[in-house]
Amino acid sequence: MINVSKLKKGIIIDHIEAGHGFEIYKELHLNDIDDVVVLLKNIPSKKMKQKDLIKIETDMQIDMTVLGLIDPNVTINFVKNGELYKKISLTLPKVVNGIMTCKNPRCITQYEDVKEIKFFLVNEDKKQYRCEYCDAYTTFIDEE
Amino acid sequence: MLKGRHLIEPGDFQLNEIESIMQLADNIIADPEGYSLVCKGKLLASLFYEPSTRTRFSFEAAMLRLGGEIIGFDDPNNSSVSKGESLGDTIRTIECYSDIAVIRHPREGTARLVSKFANEMPIINAGDGGHEHPTQTLTDLLTIRKFKGSCDNHVVGVCGDLLFGRTIHSLVKTLSRYQGIRFVFISPTELKMPAHILNQLDPKSYQETTSLDEVINSLDILYMSRVQRERFVSEEEYLRLKNYYILDKKKMKGAKPDMIVMHPLPRVNEIATEVDADPRAVYFAQAKYGMYVRMALIAKLLGVEDRK
Repeated sequence: MINVSKLKKGIIIDHIEAGHGFEIYKELHLNDIDDVVVLLKNIPSKKMKQKDLIKIETDMQIDMTVLGLIDPNVTINFVKNGELYKKISLTLPKVVNGIMTCKNPRCITQYEDVKEIKFFLVNEDKKQYRCEYCDAYTTFIDEE
Repeated sequence: MLKGRHLIEPGDFQLNEIESIMQLADNIIADPEGYSLVCKGKLLASLFYEPSTRTRFSFEAAMLRLGGEIIGFDDPNNSSVSKGESLGDTIRTIECYSDIAVIRHPREGTARLVSKFANEMPIINAGDGGHEHPTQTLTDLLTIRKFKGSCDNHVVGVCGDLLFGRTIHSLVKTLSRYQGIRFVFISPTELKMPAHILNQLDPKSYQETTSLDEVINSLDILYMSRVQRERFVSEEEYLRLKNYYILDKKKMKGAKPDMIVMHPLPRVNEIATEVDADPRAVYFAQAKYGMYVRMALIAKLLGVEDRK
């Protein structure tokens, strides 16, 4: 088992489904920040058999909506002075604004520069969202 | 209160608001002269980014019959679109000159998008690709009301291309909000009503079949639709399906004496011309009601109906 030193301040994104860690890393643009970031893959877990985990030593704000879309089962732990002071679980957001794009090739948003497109959750199991403009169903992650 | 509102899809209006449009249409039909000046001094922008005959003509005729004027285009190459102008900028500019705008566009969701740029000018969706066509739905509802007394308690047969027909999807979603409506969806297997529409209906409120002959005697309303050539990749497949249902005199013999036949037009082969003389064939009256219901809609959105 690899040991990673205890976080003094920042965020621990835990219980990430194995394989989703890198997706979250990319969507949070963690490559672009100068703070310390650790991505652990395929950690043995009693509850999940295997899980991914991300530690970020930072003061930055996290966009929970993106996390909820990629993996609504993750847990986010907030650390200050080496102590856990807040823990939250995510759910799939009912409304997503400005994060997703419509995949319908006939949707006007494919042709005009539309900044913030709203999507409404229509099917929790399939993680399907409805585009506010064309009503087509879409998912945030292609393979789902 | 409908003044200043947009109509992008039928769900934008409550049933009582739709009813108020129908009542005003009734009043206009009863006294067209009385409403011939209510839009005097008002301008309608008619923005047709793709070809249309009856929808554009019916909107323009509606505005002219209310005493208003029209500006606009029916070919986007004659507007600043050809210079690369965004839809948002086009609408903001048109709002400087017009009181109300009608837009048809080949891309789905366009009317919703442009409505966000219009601060005071009501936007009416006259068709956005295969998505919505709410004024056709209002036309259909007025026709049903005129010939059947009300939009409640009918067995409605919907026949033809149920997969791609935007007018059908809008109508079914809207009629399902009325009391006692039962649908009979009649289509070839390849053109069945899509799941996203069926999911919105009470499963007990509809049945699906491929045979028009077997169900025609149970219908109060038969809504025929055209199989659209442009939706097919294979010409052979189109030719096979386009003549799948042809409503003719023989089939009409099996229908109730007070059943009505509707069609959004244009038709191709799905209704034989011999049916036109049957008093139950109401599709040309339907086209006329399309103008009256648009007159009522324009007057409501501009808040001028009391100028009579």
